[in-house]
Amino acid sequence: MIAGIMPQAEFVHWWFATGFLMLGLVLFAEALVGPEVWGMRPWRKYIWPGLCFVMGIFMWPVMTFFTNSAIHMVAHGSWAEFLMFCGAAELGVARGKLHSQYWRLASSLALIVSGTAFLVHEQNAWLFSRAAFLHHTAGWTALVFAAFPLALAFRPRSMFAASGFAAFFIVLAVMLYCDRDIAPIFGHFSQFAGVPHR
Amino acid sequence: MSADFAHRLRRHEDEADAAARSRALRARIVMALGPATMLGGVIWAVVQPWRLTLLHPHGQGAWWLVVEPPLYVIIVGLVFRLVIAPGVAEDIEEAP
Repeated sequence: MIAGIMPQAEFVHWWFATGFLMLGLVLFAEALVGPEVWGMRPWRKYIWPGLCFVMGIFMWPVMTFFTNSAIHMVAHGSWAEFLMFCGAAELGVARGKLHSQYWRLASSLALIVSGTAFLVHEQNAWLFSRAAFLHHTAGWTALVFAAFPLALAFRPRSMFAASGFAAFFIVLAVMLYCDRDIAPIFGHFSQFAGVPHR
Repeated sequence: MSADFAHRLRRHEDEADAAARSRALRARIVMALGPATMLGGVIWAVVQPWRLTLLHPHGQGAWWLVVEPPLYVIIVGLVFRLVIAPGVAEDIEEAP
């Protein structure tokens, strides 16, 4: 009965994709206009860190109800922790409680840990199924794009680095929207992956 | 007016014009982000209409009727355009 009430895992991926898409748009707009203009209305400074923190909170029930192995649970738990850590650090900077520009390293660390969790918890090869392919792609994308918040820690006014950081969330949103519970990838589909639907 | 002063004045005017053009361009891009996102959602809905289960609701479960990913993309674009973009565009123009 519970299984009938629970949403499918792909729905949860799409909800998080929606959050990441909004995050990407907000970060891209901030990168475009610069921190001074962005900070002219104080509430705007809290949008992306707040959204990031809230998404971290929502990742905990995903970890609890949607994981079916220890390594899967650990990966989701690490995403929850680092979404909250990254959001909290940026909230501290936005509020003025934290002053160092090097708190931006929290975002870089979050992407490195998240990317590693994607790669470590995916036990199958790239073309096993669509989910496996997207796990590998998202993992490597997070690791590569971690360079952008790293650059922002040292060059906070770099529009290129800020845009790159924003682009990560939009790319991640597209990947999560592409996710299906059980589906082929580029015509490849392992016989062990299950029965595809929709 | 000395020629030197006139040149400096002209340079200041040119720089002010360039800054104003840059601000206007940035404001337009910010205002376009929402509609561009919405367009992405519309294109997805056209390319994969079966993702919008509301178009063929018979036999669908409750979750499938609630979860409409192309609509989510459109809603994100709409919220950004209506809630965030206008203030940002306004502030770009007023920024010192």
